[in-house]
Amino acid sequence: MAEPRVRFQSVAKCYGETIALADTDLEIAAGEYVVLLGPSGSGKTTLLSILGGFVEPSSGRVFINGEDVTDLPAARRPTATVFQDYALFPHMSVAANVAFGLAMRGLRKTQRLKKAEEMLELVGLKGFGRRGVHQLSGGQRQRVALARAIAVDPAVLLLDEPLGALDLALRRQMQEELVRLQRQLGATFVHVTHDQEEAMSIADRVVVMKDGRIEDMGPPARVYLKPASLFAARFMGENNLIEGQVVGRANGQTAVDTIVGRLLADQPAEPSEKVHVALRPEQLRFSAELGAQALGDAEVTEFSFQGTHFRVHCRLAGQELIARVPAEEPPLAGERLPLYARAGDLVLLRQ
Amino acid sequence: MTGTTRFQLSRIDLRDWGLWPAIVWTALFFALPLGAMLAMSFAERVAGKITLTWTLANYAAFFTRADGTFVKALLNSLEVTIATTILSILVAYPLAYILAYRVPARWRRILLVLIVLPFWTSYVIRSYSWLLVLSQNGVISQTLLGLGIIDQPIGLGNSRFATVLGFVHFFAMLLTLTIFANLIQIRDSYRKAAADLGASNWQVFWHVTLPLSLPGVSVGAFLTFVLAIGDYITPQILGGSRELLLPQAIMLQIGRQADFPLASALSMILMLVITVAFLISARRLKMERV
Amino acid sequence: MRARPKSFDLADGVSLLYVALALLFIFLPVGALILFAFQDGIAPVPPFKGPTLQWFDKMLHNRRLMEALWNSVLVGGLSSLAATFLGFLAAFSLARRNWRFAQGAQLLLMAPITVSYLIIGMGLQITFNLMGIDRSLLAIGIGHVVINLPLCFAIVYSQLGEHQANIERAARDLGANEWQVVGLITAPMLWPTLLAAYFIAFTLSWDEFVIAFLLSRFDVTLPVVIWGLLRSGLSPELNAAGTLVFGISIAIVLAVELLLWRGRRAATHG
Repeated sequence: MAEPRVRFQSVAKCYGETIALADTDLEIAAGEYVVLLGPSGSGKTTLLSILGGFVEPSSGRVFINGEDVTDLPAARRPTATVFQDYALFPHMSVAANVAFGLAMRGLRKTQRLKKAEEMLELVGLKGFGRRGVHQLSGGQRQRVALARAIAVDPAVLLLDEPLGALDLALRRQMQEELVRLQRQLGATFVHVTHDQEEAMSIADRVVVMKDGRIEDMGPPARVYLKPASLFAARFMGENNLIEGQVVGRANGQTAVDTIVGRLLADQPAEPSEKVHVALRPEQLRFSAELGAQALGDAEVTEFSFQGTHFRVHCRLAGQELIARVPAEEPPLAGERLPLYARAGDLVLLRQ
Repeated sequence: MTGTTRFQLSRIDLRDWGLWPAIVWTALFFALPLGAMLAMSFAERVAGKITLTWTLANYAAFFTRADGTFVKALLNSLEVTIATTILSILVAYPLAYILAYRVPARWRRILLVLIVLPFWTSYVIRSYSWLLVLSQNGVISQTLLGLGIIDQPIGLGNSRFATVLGFVHFFAMLLTLTIFANLIQIRDSYRKAAADLGASNWQVFWHVTLPLSLPGVSVGAFLTFVLAIGDYITPQILGGSRELLLPQAIMLQIGRQADFPLASALSMILMLVITVAFLISARRLKMERV
Repeated sequence: MRARPKSFDLADGVSLLYVALALLFIFLPVGALILFAFQDGIAPVPPFKGPTLQWFDKMLHNRRLMEALWNSVLVGGLSSLAATFLGFLAAFSLARRNWRFAQGAQLLLMAPITVSYLIIGMGLQITFNLMGIDRSLLAIGIGHVVINLPLCFAIVYSQLGEHQANIERAARDLGANEWQVVGLITAPMLWPTLLAAYFIAFTLSWDEFVIAFLLSRFDVTLPVVIWGLLRSGLSPELNAAGTLVFGISIAIVLAVELLLWRGRRAATHG
């Protein structure tokens, strides 16, 4: 197998008694867009900082392009970072900012200003070179920070919650641009965020973290549809979680006894295992289409309009569930809603 | 609401009135005296009585009296003050830098307190203390004698050197504080970003830290200049009688001669110098925060 | 955080050396001052003989010095009170109302900082002469308010942010009149700041020489007496006086720190 672009080997970080990052192994392939996703305190920023060389790991080694960079300071690593607050040098022009890394590498003034112009054009800020940093909007500053980082042609580009300060529309736009840029450059991006929607829309691979550990890891679709842990199931969007106990397997399906009745799932499991059955709100259907099993009639308790659909709280045999009803069919309080689910959609999670 | 407008104590809104007592006080006891001094500078002392004759004689005296002693005093003041400012910055900046970036956090507070401690001795006393160190039988002289480095007692006091030393001692402490406060305000991410892009420690300092700290240093320099040039105590105690600085010249006019008109004129000239310093430094003070 | 070199390198060594030299420079005069206050002999210079407390004794029996000490406390205590009070009112008013001439007002209030104390003192001397006010502790007090008002104003003004304003609005909304807002909400919330401003003003007043010298006649403050003693040359009595002043100043600072620290703890544990 080709040497991965980045390799973490048993990397851990503690601050006194607190474990910020537990023993972590992770490989990132060249050209991959990896998103480290998790709540605050999950260790995602620590992992990024260790990669960038801003934090020394308490143990473990870090390899970039096969070379052990653990003892190298940030300045000598082939990484470049886009900081959360952009950290654009306020006393330099936009062009000087973008050219800074090149200046540190000893490029001559004309050369590096030329490269800076190219980079600015790449991020859609052609001709902005002469402007002062304070004259730019938030989105523009973000792009300059990006241009500055890619100007040095890093082996890995690190992004520390880069879109946090932008409003929703701008954020969506920048997400698309980041992906486009990454593809265009064929670069390796490592992006930290707490926003699971953002993670899903841009990542080639999502790494879900909690309390310093990797909970789940994989392509966004897989992590969303088939989360590996309870935390991942809850964190990557809304999920219905029904407690149950596995009865046994029959006809290639696992039967689970729950408060709403006996459910059949495709996923294998051991008999008498205690599990949570996970079902996304949009996976609750209202007819036996596509071979979905009947769950019973739920009673609608509350609902709210979400634009594309209604988010409906309902109760089935004492279990609270959340379902999605099309926007054209507004529900009524107290309405009886027949619920169905496909065996293939049910995910069994260990407690 | 009713027809009468009685003055009610409870209705006074301090947000509207609070500003005025301070303004009145400053106007009455600061602006007015300055104005009085300005007027006084155009007055004359004739037969023990001061009369406002709108004369420029006092200003002329600045240039002509006693072979230009006053001009010399001003020049001395400028030389001493500029030397003080430059030296104080040179001593204080590295100290502030080390405190901000190289000292482990738990030592920082203690060191700061230590550095600031001598502030709490009286200003007069502090200058006097330098005499203890610098004079012919003082600490330095005795120590060097004892070590055999010199064979005659050496008096460093009562000289321009002593004055500048005394000033630098005080202002280096002050500047260390102000520059330190300024340095830790500089966003850490700027320096991280520079390092991330390949800058060595020295390059981070030269390209990021230094330029961003310059406004703060300018403020400190201005403060040092203004405070030093108007100081009477340090030059009087440490300067000796061979050389006169402008505040000392002014004080002389008040003391023996009670020549307030001349003293006022000299003070106006001193204020002019301070104003020029203000204008020069005001230009460097604008920095957009991003 | 930067990936720090694990070992103690040359840069660290140079830094340590510089700090050590700087501290030596800073403490040299103070050290000499305190050491030779205990000198058994009439010259406060090496070699050191003693220690003895005779100079402290002599100083404490110096009536003029002790009176001056009390005068300093009086002038400092009261003038700082006035400066803090006026500074607070001005900062409050300036921060809470959109004055058209706000910048001009600020300039006026801060102006005294840039003017030499000598000039301020002279100006007051002339003005008091014209007004018929005698040179006295009162005159000195007035002068000290002039020099401390800008500082107190600046310190309080910097702390009167939006956060504070919102809480005041809440109090008004619940029915408090303006006096109650200031007295029960604003001032109490600012008490560490007010305390800090008061003590900075006190320290500056207590230490101030030139204005006190120009505006005093019979009742003088401590720096003026010390100056008089200086005329007679180096003496351990001066060292003792200086050490006393130093000790008192530090005690005040420690007391303030303790008060503030207690206040902060009460705020977080309360």
